Amino acid sequence: MQGFLHQLLSGLANGGIYASLALALVMIYKTTHHVNFAQGAMAMFSTYIAWALIDAGFPYWAAFGLTLFFSFFAGVAIERIIIRPVERGPALTVVTVFVGLLLILNSLAGWIFSYTIKSFPSPFPSTAWYGSKYLSSHEVGMIVVTLAVLILVFLLFRFTPLGLAMRAAAQDPVSSRLVGIRVGWMLAFGWGLAAAIGGVAGVMAAPIVYLDPDMMSGILLYGFAATLLGGIDNPWGGVLGGFLVGVLENLAGAYIVGTELKLTVALVIIVGVLVFKPAGLFGRTLVARV
Amino acid sequence: MAAILAIACILPFAISGYHVSQFSQVLIYAIAMLGLNILTGFNGQISLGHGAFYAIGAYTTAILLEKTGIPYWATVPIAGAICLGAGFLFALPALRLEGLYLALATVALAVATPQILKFKGFDCWTGGVQGIQVDSPAAPFGLPINTDKWIYYFCLIWAIALVIIARNLLCGRTGRAMIAIRDHPLAAATMGVDTALYKSLTFGVSAMYTELPARWGRCCLPMSPRTVSPCSFRSNSWSAVSSAASPRFRAPSSGHYSSSSRPISRIRYRRRRPTPYSGSS
Repeated sequence: MQGFLHQLLSGLANGGIYASLALALVMIYKTTHHVNFAQGAMAMFSTYIAWALIDAGFPYWAAFGLTLFFSFFAGVAIERIIIRPVERGPALTVVTVFVGLLLILNSLAGWIFSYTIKSFPSPFPSTAWYGSKYLSSHEVGMIVVTLAVLILVFLLFRFTPLGLAMRAAAQDPVSSRLVGIRVGWMLAFGWGLAAAIGGVAGVMAAPIVYLDPDMMSGILLYGFAATLLGGIDNPWGGVLGGFLVGVLENLAGAYIVGTELKLTVALVIIVGVLVFKPAGLFGRTLVARV
Repeated sequence: MAAILAIACILPFAISGYHVSQFSQVLIYAIAMLGLNILTGFNGQISLGHGAFYAIGAYTTAILLEKTGIPYWATVPIAGAICLGAGFLFALPALRLEGLYLALATVALAVATPQILKFKGFDCWTGGVQGIQVDSPAAPFGLPINTDKWIYYFCLIWAIALVIIARNLLCGRTGRAMIAIRDHPLAAATMGVDTALYKSLTFGVSAMYTELPARWGRCCLPMSPRTVSPCSFRSNSWSAVSSAASPRFRAPSSGHYSSSSRPISRIRYRRRRPTPYSGSS
C-alpha cells in the first residue's frame, strides 16, 4: 500500500510536468490548429538558458524569472519569423517546419552548450518533505509550481483584457479583427506564453532527467499523450490529462510493464485514445461536412 | 536513362572500394525516399515514425538469418511481408484521423520502438542492447567481385526492380485511388474509394519500401544501422535529435562493425552525439 501511494504521488509530480507541456501544446493548438512538435526542444533550450544563467552566478529564482522572460520573447520571435509565413500552409509544410525547428534548436543547444549531460540544481531542499516518506521536496515543489502556473494562466485568460483578446482571436479571428484585435500579435503572444510554460516544465524536469539536448523528447511524448487524452482543444482537459498520464505511467511502470517499457505506455495511450475516443475525454467531437 | 543505367553498372569498377559502399548507400537512400515519396507525395500522409518500420525490418532479417539460417536473399520477401503487415496494422486505426493526429501517432511509435526492442523479455530474439551481429554476404556463383561490389549490384538490382514496381503501382488503378485520396479525400470516398483501406495499404507499402533499405543497411552493408535513417523529409538527423531515435539506431549496433564499415560510420557519425540514452522520468 505504501509503495502504491508512493508511486501514485510521484506520478502526480511527474504529471505536473506533463500537464504544463500539455497546456503549452493545447494553447498553440487552440490558436493555430498546429501541434507543435518543437515544444520539447523549445523547453529544452529554455532550460539551457536557465542553466547558463545559474552557472554565471545568478540566484536560482532570478535565473528562473529571466528564463521565462527570455522564453516568452523567443516564442514570440519564433512565431513571427518562422511560423507566420507557413501558417496557412498544408499540414505537411507545417509539420516539416516544426521538425526543422526542432532540429535547429537541438543542434544549437548541442553546439552552444555541448552534448554532455549536465546536472541541474533544484531550488527545493534535497530532504524529504516534512519527514513524509512518499514525496521528495522537489516533487512537492514541482506540483506547487505547476499549479501556480496553471492558476496564473487561468487568471490571465479569465480576468485580463489581453486574455480576453487572445481567447477571441483564437475563437473567431475574422470577427476579432473587425472589433480591432490584432489577431496576428495575439497568436504571437500565445506562442510566447506556450514557450514560457514549456520553459517552466523544462526547468522543473531537468533535476530529474538531467540536462541534455534530448531531455524533453520522452516528456514531450507524454505531453502529446496527455493532450490527446484530455482533448486537444481543451486546456483543462490537457492539464487533467497530464496528471492522469503521469499517474498511469508510474503505476504501469511499477506494476505492469516495468520501467523499461514506460514510453510504450504513452504509445498505447495515444493509439488507444485515437482509436476509441479521438476527441479525448473532454474534447469537442469534430464532424466533417460532406 | 539508359546512359545513367550504364554508368551505374560500370561505376564500381571505376572507383575505390570505399566509394562503392558509399554509392550503395546512395541507392539505399533512394529506395527509402521512394517509399516515403509514395506515402507523402502520392497519398498525402505524414509519417515521422518510419524508423520504427526500419527497425522491424532490420530485426526481422537479422533474426531470420541467425535463428533459421535461411540465405540472406530469401529473407527479403519474408521481412518485406512482415513490414507490410506491420505498417498496415498500425495504419488501420491511425489513418482514420486527420494528418496531424497521424503524425502524432507515428512520433509515438518512433519513440517507443527502441524501448520495446531493448526489452529484456525479447532478449533471446533481439539481443537486447547488444543487438544482433550479421555477417555480410559474399558474391554468389563465384563471381570475381568483392563483397562491396556485390552489395552494390544487389542494391542496384533491387532499386531498379522497386522503381518499376512503384511505377506500375502508381500508374494503375491503385495509384489513381491514392492520388485521389491526396487531392480530395471526401470526393475520393464519394467515388467509391475505400479511403481507410487505401491509406493503410499505402502506409504498409511505404513501410515495406523502408524495410528493404533497412535490411541492406544492417545486413548486406556491414555498417552500423545508426548510419541509415530512411526518412526523407524528417532528414537524417531527426534520428539524432530525439533521444528516441538515437537508441533506435544505436541499440542494435554494438559489435556490428567490420573493418570496411568504420570509415563510413565515422564520417556519418560525426553528426550524432555519442552519449548514452538518458531516458525520461
